Amino acid sequence: MSPRAQVYILAALLTFLGASLTIYKHFALGFPLLPGEYRTVWTIEAKVRFNADGGPVKAALTLPRAQRNMEVLGETFSSSGYGFNIVHEDDEHRAVWSRRQASGVQSLFYQLDVHQTPGAALEQSLDLSTEVVKPMLGAREQEAVRQAIYSLVEAGRARSSDVSTFTSELLLALADTRNQDRNLIFGYYKDRSFVDVALVVLAAADIPAHRIRGLYLEDDRRRLDPEDLLEIYDGKRWVVFEPSSGTPGVPKNFFIWQRGGKSLLDVEGGRNSGVTFSVISNDVPARDVAMLSTSKEKEALVDFSIYSLPIEQQSIFKLILLVPVGALVVVLLRVFVGLRTSGTFMPVLLAIAFIETQLLTGLSIFVLILILGLWVRFYLSRLNLLLVARIAAVVITVVILMGAISVVSYKLGIEQALTVTFFPMIILAWTIERMSILWEEDGPYEVVIQAGGSLLVAVLAWWVMTNRYIEHWTFNFPELLLVLLGLVMIIGNYTGYRLGELARFRQLVR
Amino acid sequence: MQFRLPALRLPPFFRGGLVSPFKLRKLGILGMNARNVRYIARYNDRDKYPIVDDKLNTKRAARRYRIPVPDLIAAFDTQPTRSRIMKVIEPLQQFVIKPARGSGGKGILVIVGRDGEDYLKPSGNKVTALDIQRHVSNIHSGLYSLGGKPDRCMVEALVDFDPVFDKYSFEGVPDIRVIVFRGFPVMAMLRCSTHDSDGKANLHQGAVGVGIDLATGKASHAVQRGLRVDIHPDTKMPFSDLQVPDWKDLLKLAASCYEMTGLGYLGCDIVLDRKRGPLLLEANARPGLAIQIANGIGLRTRLEHIESMTLEQLEKNVEERVNYSVDYFAARTTL
Repeated sequence: MSPRAQVYILAALLTFLGASLTIYKHFALGFPLLPGEYRTVWTIEAKVRFNADGGPVKAALTLPRAQRNMEVLGETFSSSGYGFNIVHEDDEHRAVWSRRQASGVQSLFYQLDVHQTPGAALEQSLDLSTEVVKPMLGAREQEAVRQAIYSLVEAGRARSSDVSTFTSELLLALADTRNQDRNLIFGYYKDRSFVDVALVVLAAADIPAHRIRGLYLEDDRRRLDPEDLLEIYDGKRWVVFEPSSGTPGVPKNFFIWQRGGKSLLDVEGGRNSGVTFSVISNDVPARDVAMLSTSKEKEALVDFSIYSLPIEQQSIFKLILLVPVGALVVVLLRVFVGLRTSGTFMPVLLAIAFIETQLLTGLSIFVLILILGLWVRFYLSRLNLLLVARIAAVVITVVILMGAISVVSYKLGIEQALTVTFFPMIILAWTIERMSILWEEDGPYEVVIQAGGSLLVAVLAWWVMTNRYIEHWTFNFPELLLVLLGLVMIIGNYTGYRLGELARFRQLVR
Repeated sequence: MQFRLPALRLPPFFRGGLVSPFKLRKLGILGMNARNVRYIARYNDRDKYPIVDDKLNTKRAARRYRIPVPDLIAAFDTQPTRSRIMKVIEPLQQFVIKPARGSGGKGILVIVGRDGEDYLKPSGNKVTALDIQRHVSNIHSGLYSLGGKPDRCMVEALVDFDPVFDKYSFEGVPDIRVIVFRGFPVMAMLRCSTHDSDGKANLHQGAVGVGIDLATGKASHAVQRGLRVDIHPDTKMPFSDLQVPDWKDLLKLAASCYEMTGLGYLGCDIVLDRKRGPLLLEANARPGLAIQIANGIGLRTRLEHIESMTLEQLEKNVEERVNYSVDYFAARTTL
């Protein structure tokens, strides 16, 4: 295979790999393609309160399970003085706080951050019991209630075609305060909630059902009590109903805490126990959400990447990842335009310095150091020093100049000039050395051309590197470097003319 | 049938300043990128570069292939002591100090005479022994070499230039550049220094580039700073009278550099010595493209012609290759 074909195949492979990793990261892991995307993260806090009797205390709180439409990003438990662990029983996760001795009002906290992923349906759980426990309605005084319940069931059955529509009808009837049967039933079950009553009636109708405890996620809500939904089994699958409206499906923003199962909270050794919830929403950068949700699953693409580095190193990498982009700018300008620069990739280093110093400050400091450095260098060249010693002398001079610029500008109140330390000193010294040789050999005109070319490339590279999209892509999708690599390889194969050559060979066209 | 693209509409700022790349392509002009990818990368093996990149190596190879070169007086492989430099240059009236790995003619110090303790440059400026010592030290530190690598320094005899070009050169060293592709000379030019170029033979500094007809050794075209000229701007001599003596010998010397270096795409810089005839000054694995401007024609057509030859046609000795080029690449007109 010819080297040219190899380049194209390799470049295509690299580009494909980089692009598909990027697409995967965007769609599967939720990394945002554009900067500035925010996601709502809900922080839900459950507060367990009870009065301890003074003896051993054990409080068990059922914890929410992983759900498809809600992504749990993190949990925290606060339990000062309590022993704490999470037990798994019957497919349920329960947080258990325990203490040998406690008295008075006790507060325990469980907090979790969730992120709503839209569109995912509630998963069908196969291990929920479909057993129906018929209500005990044998006694004489309950005869009327039994009649009322069966009349409701009959009425509902007549007006429905299947389990689902029946449940809707039944719930509507139960919500209708003009319905005499309904009022009779509620009169009997005075101390029971709507969902409790609905469960009794559904049991009478031989429909497996249970309650779902959860919360409506609304911003800045405190002391919320858990709300209930109904879930019925229609013979094939479980269907959720909103009890008061009778509509099927999980309401939007509803966070399911407990599905079926037993009690939400059990307290041993305490009285007056209860759980209240509070909810707040935060707008968090989409990338952080993606990072949190993937870090739990140990996604290899994220786990073995720069994200696993400490934050400080990450911010260094943020800068380093911009270097290839700067290099691409240099490649483009040299291959397609034919700009001459002093030192092939010196402009990239200069551009990085400009990122730290801001453009105008950076430009003026660079020009100032270059001019002063050249002036010193001209004197040094008369002292007959060895080259390495002379460049070291220029390095030291550059450092002194930087220090002087910093101090003087600070005293003058121009704090921006303090960023002068970001300039690569050795590169500056070499640039000064090369420029001074250029001056001696080819005259000041060439110095201006090359310094100007370098500065132009540096400013262009700076402009590209500070683009917020570029910054976002290089840091969040480092695999795009593979695409960049492919691109550079293809450019390396370009055999067409440079822009400069269109002017250079002008007179050959007659 | 000819496929025509609509004329490129350039902004007024560029109009007249730029030409269409399609026109350049049609004229067979070789661009820098095409030179690098299609010719240098393909025909020049990396491992052969040291022969041309280090002038001391070139000299050694030239001796083996009996190619005449300027005499080497001394070579300093390591940083020499002051007394050692003085011991070499003290008895000399004329010499040239060069970095072995210098690029673009950088770091070449030419001494044409003595003025007491001082040394004279071609421009008449005086140079002290201390300056020369510093120059040698700079060369060794790698100031003129690519990438600043430590370099070696050589002291060469000053070529006793054939006076034939005296009328076409101002203060400087006229040399002939021949592009040799797979052993065939494909294009040649004479670089004449001018007052404008400060005695230097670099075209972009204002030297005159004179395209030389491969068939006759006569000037075919001359250009200074991109503009066509007929006479030397300083000496006012018409280039139409220019004739390179021993032209065939010069071409043979250039062509034999192919065997010497093994490089497929090569630029040979040749000077004419009064007694010895053509001498190889240096060879270049990355010759520039200005030769096209000097000749007023593109290189690419000629290179592609050689590329289209069969292996059998390529199997020729130096004499046959030169004859082929002389026949095939003759200029349509001379000045």
